Amino acid sequence: MARVVVDVMLKPEILDPQGQAVQRALPRLGFDGITDVRQGKRFELELEGPVDDAALARIREMAESFLANTVIEDFTVRVEESAEGTTAGAAS
Amino acid sequence: MSVDTTEHAAKTPDVEQPWAELGLKEDEYARIREILGRRPTGAELAMYSVMWSEHCSYKSSKVHLRQFGEKAPENDAMLVGIGENAGVVDVGQGYAVTFKVESHNHPSYIEPYQGAATGIGGIVRDILAMGARPVAVMDPLRFGAADHPDTRRVLPGVVAGIGGYGNCLGLPNIGGEIVFDSCYQGNPLVNALCVGVMKHEDIHLAKASGTGNKVILYGARTGGDGIGGVSVLASETFDAEGPSRRPAVQVGDPFQEKLLIECTLEVFAEDLVVGIQDLGGAGLSCATSELASAGSGGMRVELDTVPLRDATLSPEEILMSESQERMCAIVTPENTERFLEICEKWDVIATVIGEVTEGDRLEIFWRGEQIVDVIPGTVAHEGPVYERPFARPDWLDALQADDAARLARPANADALREQVLALVSSPNQAAKTWVTSQYDRYVLGNTVLAQPEDSGMIRVDEETNLGVAVATDGNGRYAKLDPYTGAQLALAEAYRNVAATGATPLAVTDCLNFGSPEDPAVMWQFAEACRGLADGCQTLGTPVTGGNVSLYNQTGEQAIHPTPVVGVLGVIDDVTRRTPMAFTEDGQLLYLLGDTREEFGGSAWSQVVHDHLGGLPPQVDLERERLLGEILVNASRDGMIDAAHDLSDGGLVQAVVESCLKGGKGARLVVPDGLSAFTFLFSESAGRAVVAVPRSEEVRFNDMCGARGLPVTRIGVVDGDAVEVQGEFTLTLAELREANERTLPELFG
Repeated sequence: MARVVVDVMLKPEILDPQGQAVQRALPRLGFDGITDVRQGKRFELELEGPVDDAALARIREMAESFLANTVIEDFTVRVEESAEGTTAGAAS
Repeated sequence: MSVDTTEHAAKTPDVEQPWAELGLKEDEYARIREILGRRPTGAELAMYSVMWSEHCSYKSSKVHLRQFGEKAPENDAMLVGIGENAGVVDVGQGYAVTFKVESHNHPSYIEPYQGAATGIGGIVRDILAMGARPVAVMDPLRFGAADHPDTRRVLPGVVAGIGGYGNCLGLPNIGGEIVFDSCYQGNPLVNALCVGVMKHEDIHLAKASGTGNKVILYGARTGGDGIGGVSVLASETFDAEGPSRRPAVQVGDPFQEKLLIECTLEVFAEDLVVGIQDLGGAGLSCATSELASAGSGGMRVELDTVPLRDATLSPEEILMSESQERMCAIVTPENTERFLEICEKWDVIATVIGEVTEGDRLEIFWRGEQIVDVIPGTVAHEGPVYERPFARPDWLDALQADDAARLARPANADALREQVLALVSSPNQAAKTWVTSQYDRYVLGNTVLAQPEDSGMIRVDEETNLGVAVATDGNGRYAKLDPYTGAQLALAEAYRNVAATGATPLAVTDCLNFGSPEDPAVMWQFAEACRGLADGCQTLGTPVTGGNVSLYNQTGEQAIHPTPVVGVLGVIDDVTRRTPMAFTEDGQLLYLLGDTREEFGGSAWSQVVHDHLGGLPPQVDLERERLLGEILVNASRDGMIDAAHDLSDGGLVQAVVESCLKGGKGARLVVPDGLSAFTFLFSESAGRAVVAVPRSEEVRFNDMCGARGLPVTRIGVVDGDAVEVQGEFTLTLAELREANERTLPELFG
């Protein structure tokens, strides 16, 4: 079994109200020194078969059309090293 | 990074500038050079390009919009007319109401949720900038065919966006429309209307006067969102393949907007503001140039003081950014500290970015260097004005000749029954509850009526029960067949809807949604619709107080149906006297008001049963509409009617079914002499309403209609749990409810 992680973040120019709310809350809670916070989502996909190029292509398609709203979000796809130690790689 | 200063621009006349990419035409760029006597700086070019875009300058529509002022009827209720952020109407008891409808069509196609959400945010700030507390919103919507896959993407996103933003803001959504037609495929219309209430003395205008007064930008930080949104998005046609460019979409934050509302109302209450303007399309370019040109002096702005979300933004980008939830106020130096204090209390960032100066120039500086030096009026108001060619489309004769009278009518009672079921379950006639129940309709506790009633109604004063009612209507099918009549039918329907709830119509706002003005046929439709609406408002005595034009709703050669959406606002002295639409008691007598003719052109029946569009739309008789309105308002005030429902698309049968389902009561109908059952049920003749009269008021009501010369026909009685058309068919309420209510959940649920 292999795990592929898709990270979805709002594009840099897009307003992130959640991130801003967190940023505003930090100093109130005594955490100083943070100049900006951006909040995103992380999908962990467990694959049935091997992580080959075809599987990654399929996941990228999935991310493009469903997991991320590419009008306002960017995503990255990466393979997470599993306990058994399958191949690792990163793509975006 | 070197900055393109005015000094540098004067010395380097031959620098190539990206005017074409910014949407300017060659002659427009030449005109800017002529105005300035040199080439514009990058920042100046950015400002002119957004402010001279179709969306901001109304360059194609201006010559036709003038009629709304020229033909405006005398109306004592108008306190502020066209040209301000929104018109203001006197509703009595010292109250004034401001209302306006705007489009957010193009952004909502690209990113349905955020497009629709920021549409609400924008119109709410327009209303706020007049000094009013926003109290309600409405959304007239148009989508492609209900069963088209892209409608499944666009509609749920738009509805969620409207609900998400409006509900978070705590504003009730009291009505609007949802219409499906394949002509809106790829060009959905997302219009948003907001109503605000204030006392007369609280009206605020957008102007910057008083040398030394401070220019304060407050609200959200400025980021890179929506840059060029106006010039690129709203002013160009999408390519046939869809949007090739995907410029940054604005994302809204309703909680920030809520703070902005409360903060702004508090600075108004303490009388700290000389002038105010919201930041919408064209952002700071628009706010600074409009404020400065409306005031008596000039303005100097230090652009590097603008709080940024992204420190890498260039001055051009800052000027063009359409970041949401921002406002700009002019405040005297004595009041500035208090203004900033109030902003701080509300957790709203506020920054003095400049001041009002002597002279007549808008000067903008970036890190000490002058990057803009213009006469603000040349940016804000002296944009190009086009007399675009227009010509009656050559296909119109054939379309009008294709009379709906030729269409096969139901052969027998069974077929008639089936067609009634088909009508009430068709996406356009089906219950819209699936959509409207996603909106908060009752927050704030002053909603008297909300969708599906004929108009939304809000209580303005809790002591006296003074209220206002608003309805929006627009039938693109009618307007396609005849834009002049179509625009008047939209006005007539909204007027009738307001009167049907018992409110007296006072004023109009409009959102004119059309295809590309560069197509003479579209331009003709636009010109005719403006003429029709202006003439209609003159006859009805309801002036246009403001609104919005949305052009380029077109994919390739395919323009949308001309879709003038008309909002009418009315006043009611006592909201407890309102007339609801539901039939609620057995024995209530049903009367049809107005004349029924053989009118099926553009009708819902012709669309649902025959997929046909042709012939002429129903005739308009505005004097009759006015009379009908007076009768409905009088009957409401004097307690002569229990219910009223306007007749429009779908005809009588649609209205009766809706009123029966709302009240959970059936009706027995008798076809009047001289009409076929088919015409009785499906005709869409204008100027009609159905009313439920209690037996005790029958004589008085009939006498009133007779004395005023309004045709009135008794058509049946409220009774039982089925709609029965005597001698034709019976449909139980259960069958009708199933047909009417399952459609939208099945399509989108």
